[in-house]
Amino acid sequence: MSNKTKEKKAPSLWGAIDWLTIFIYVVLLALGWMSVCGASYDFDQAGSILDFSTRSGMQIVWIGSSLLLAFLILMIDDRVIESLSYIIYICFLGLLFATPFLAHDIKGSLSWIKIGSFSVQPAEFAKFGVALCLAKVMGTYGFDIRKWHDFVICVCLIAIPIALIIMQKETGSALVYSAFFLMLYREGMPGYILFAAIAAVVYFVVGMRFAADPIWGVEQMSLGEGLVMLLIQVFTIGLVLTVSASSPKGKKACNPLWAGLAVSFVAVLLARFVYPFNAVWVMVAVCGLTVLYLLYLSLRDRSVPYLLIALFTMVSMAYHYSTGYVMDNILKTHQQSRIRVLLGLEDDPRGIGYNVIQAKIAIGSGGLEGKGFLNGTQTKLKYVPEQDTDFIFCTVGEEEGFIGCAIVLLLFLSLILRLLHLSERQPYTFGRVYGYCVLSIFLFHVFINVGMVLGLTPVIGIPLPFFSYGGSSLWGFTILLFIFLRIDAGRNRSLSSSLS
Amino acid sequence: MEGTKPTYELEKRKYVIGGAAVAIILIYLIRLFTLQLLSEDFKASADSNAFLKRIQYPARGAISDRNGKLLVYNQPAYDVMVIMREQEGVDTLDLCESLGITREWYERRMEEIKDGKRNPGYSSYTQQVFMSQLSTEEFSRFQEKLFRFPGFYIQKRSIRQYSYPNAAHLLGDIGEVGPEDIEADHYYRSGDYIGKLGVERSYETALRGEKGMEILLRDARGRIKGRYQNGKFDEAPIPGRNLTMSIDIDLQALGERLMKGKLGSIVAIEPSTGEVLCMVSSPTYDPRIMIGRQRGKSQRMLAADPHKPLLNRAIMGQYPPGSTFKTSQALTFLQEGIITPQTAYSCSHGFHFRGLKVGCHGHGSPLPLIPAIATSCNGYFCWGLYHMFGNRKKYETVQQAMTTWKDYMVSMGFGYKLGIDLPGEKRGMIPNAPYYDKAYRGDWSGLTVISISIGQGEVNLTPLQIANLGATIANRGWYIVPHVVKKVQGMPLDTLYTRKHYTRVQRSNYETVVAGMRQAVLGGTCRIANTADYEVCGKTGTAQNPHGQDHSVFMGFAPREDPKIAICVYVENGSWGATYGVPIGALMMEQYINGKLSEASQARATEFENRHLYSFSDEGVKD
Repeated sequence: MSNKTKEKKAPSLWGAIDWLTIFIYVVLLALGWMSVCGASYDFDQAGSILDFSTRSGMQIVWIGSSLLLAFLILMIDDRVIESLSYIIYICFLGLLFATPFLAHDIKGSLSWIKIGSFSVQPAEFAKFGVALCLAKVMGTYGFDIRKWHDFVICVCLIAIPIALIIMQKETGSALVYSAFFLMLYREGMPGYILFAAIAAVVYFVVGMRFAADPIWGVEQMSLGEGLVMLLIQVFTIGLVLTVSASSPKGKKACNPLWAGLAVSFVAVLLARFVYPFNAVWVMVAVCGLTVLYLLYLSLRDRSVPYLLIALFTMVSMAYHYSTGYVMDNILKTHQQSRIRVLLGLEDDPRGIGYNVIQAKIAIGSGGLEGKGFLNGTQTKLKYVPEQDTDFIFCTVGEEEGFIGCAIVLLLFLSLILRLLHLSERQPYTFGRVYGYCVLSIFLFHVFINVGMVLGLTPVIGIPLPFFSYGGSSLWGFTILLFIFLRIDAGRNRSLSSSLS
Repeated sequence: MEGTKPTYELEKRKYVIGGAAVAIILIYLIRLFTLQLLSEDFKASADSNAFLKRIQYPARGAISDRNGKLLVYNQPAYDVMVIMREQEGVDTLDLCESLGITREWYERRMEEIKDGKRNPGYSSYTQQVFMSQLSTEEFSRFQEKLFRFPGFYIQKRSIRQYSYPNAAHLLGDIGEVGPEDIEADHYYRSGDYIGKLGVERSYETALRGEKGMEILLRDARGRIKGRYQNGKFDEAPIPGRNLTMSIDIDLQALGERLMKGKLGSIVAIEPSTGEVLCMVSSPTYDPRIMIGRQRGKSQRMLAADPHKPLLNRAIMGQYPPGSTFKTSQALTFLQEGIITPQTAYSCSHGFHFRGLKVGCHGHGSPLPLIPAIATSCNGYFCWGLYHMFGNRKKYETVQQAMTTWKDYMVSMGFGYKLGIDLPGEKRGMIPNAPYYDKAYRGDWSGLTVISISIGQGEVNLTPLQIANLGATIANRGWYIVPHVVKKVQGMPLDTLYTRKHYTRVQRSNYETVVAGMRQAVLGGTCRIANTADYEVCGKTGTAQNPHGQDHSVFMGFAPREDPKIAICVYVENGSWGATYGVPIGALMMEQYINGKLSEASQARATEFENRHLYSFSDEGVKD
């Protein structure tokens, strides 16, 4: 693999490395440290943000060690990293398996191992091991994710660490690993799997969230049910349009479906203005007829896609009604409660929803410019729980205002888009897959963490990269990112060596 | 479907992924925009979260008498506070014993504190009021043992204290605000104090001052974490204004002493200023029983007393003025030209005319005005009214005569509230023409209403109005609305209490009446009031009381020239005016003008103090 003469021509490491990413990384670290200062500032010990006994002081230690770690990673040859992929993965599986037995209980979580006076969370580090392993497997010659055999291997590689982390009662960290499916999608996983997964989540959230609300004040109709039926019809039409676009006969195939949609609307209007009745049943009937119609089309045209769409429509309806049943009859009360609070159905300021309400108050009170560094009242007076870890974004919102929040979000967006660009320029599948893994992880963390603080996504306790206090997550993200930067820095050499 | 998609097709998926990232960030930015820039609610919520606006109470103004003697001042009281989280494991029995409470009371109180509905600001981390207003003795007893009760603290508060056991009706008291007070004035919050009676109530806004505000930072557990911006936005409380009463507390104390065991009132006014020198209402009570935690109990006890000690008879009692009213009749007849000082009417033991008979006592007949006043002749004034109401040259109808008469009465301060600076004043009763038209269906004459000329019948005055009549005569024709507060610190007095009100009667006519009142003291009904020290003018009254013994009334002033004091003494069921009214009035004038009582007078005062009237009649007071 190595070719000494070609290698000499390759630019040096410092020339090949992507400085833009490093710049974004450093800026985020600096902003993150400011936020930890704001969030952990204690009125009783004012003026000691640099003291190592405080969290802001400790965070400096974590940042310093992360920078050192980043430098060390850049010193390692990327080929060494690649060759160690499987070993690293297996080591992490062992560590994750052992964690619950070694861990001491922190708020019901068994994910922390104590080493000396520090605690580390293996789940935070394991991400890069899984990413490396996936990249290595998918980079092997002849691997094709579109083959069931290969796809199942990938799913297993992801599912095993998820299962091990769930055993540590860290559901949030486990869910992060589902971000790898975004990478699988890029690598050729059929889009409908992603589509089905998203549709399932949307049906569930919408159906539950608005189940108790009436449509237009007509008590007989449930808004949640109506919206889900509408979504099913719209999705079905979208799918039929995609399929029929390729066949000349298909142009008119969609017309009856539009008619069904119109009937649904008329029914709702009648219920509202003429005589109140449950027009949602009309929508259900329309969906039922749609299934029959699609079955007819598939028989007439001998078309499998129509059959699959019919199946989708049918499964969608069944799914919607079964989640309602599961929610009411199978889940335990506290699980139901968690979901309800998540969806904003329970107003319980001192209960589970308290975090979200206080988070919104803290952010909302920041205004355009914020209250200024260390001047936030909500975060400093501990109104927001977990304010220097999972809810750190509140501090940004309160102290730096809309401008600060926008800068932070845009920095994350540019980091993700930069990683996207870097991944696409990788000459090998290994680098590209690993790059997509990294960006998927970052995207998932930002999506869930900021979303939950803003009250848009479920409250899943995962950190905001580079902002949340803690050594494990900061080291984890640094390793994850810099391994990719090291792989990227070696791309030219790899390219030239492969050309030779 | 997609099984055959070539690799370059897959590369397009980067747009899907990148697009999703852009969409997510965009949605979040929109959300942030609405949260941070479009809604003010969160700012308010954040402030109410973090800022504890602690009210700082101003010191209530002190009250002193006209000679600068302190009457009402503030004294520290002590509230027992508890922090629930810290108090666990306290020996309850010991605590109850130290505070003199029962275990049941303790348990009920603890439940009340924890009840979020009754105590909305409850937090187990902050101090809650456990027991309020401990006296200094209770406090010092508890203080010694305080170290044994972790979680219990003492908070200083301020309550009212009184130097004298007198003037309860005038000074009034303070109590916790009710919901209606809070509704009426948003200055108040639950638990605040407000003046309930007397000047504490009428001068509430001056006395209370302005509350200050301290903005503190409070953490999520309710603990105080310091001042917001080092107190930059704090507001210091403005202390209440001090009041100087026009009352002479020594005179007031003597009055209360003399009225012991009697129902009635004494009102003394400085004629030149309208300042009330004393205002006694009997029975009275010691204002000190209304302090602190015992207020409720005392209040209930006083309210249940059949002699109504809470009633300020001086301004709420409406009595027939009796013969003291004759002075006002003399003034009216003179001014209207019905009589001259020389006009003489005959009186043979009363007024006898067309079967109507108003009795009188023995005196010479016929007699002119001055001796008529001096001897308090009923016949004279009945004739006067008869001639006035029957004068068809001057008045077309009896109604017109009546209206003229009423206007005179009103100009002398009768029939309406005078406007004293105390709550609850009553207006008394002066009948008018429509009143009699209704009562007698239009068929009436001077004879029908003849008793009003001698202060009986429908006429009712408050003791204050009678005293004010005395002040008006002393001034020869004008009065200033009586008031009990002489000065409000840093504020001019209301112009109502500086403006002269002139009656419809000219000065020369007043001189005639003054001469009559002087004659009464020298050789008439008020002889007991005569003294060599100064010239006393007076008029007795014996108000007929259909329910029991007549009321004893005295109205007078002294000295005759440049009067210092005008007075009304009204003793319910006190029989003749000379029995109680005159001697009490004389003692009061002596005390005020000489500054002390002579030895003989002192003995007399003691005698009157011990003369109790037991034949109480509840109907004696109309309220």
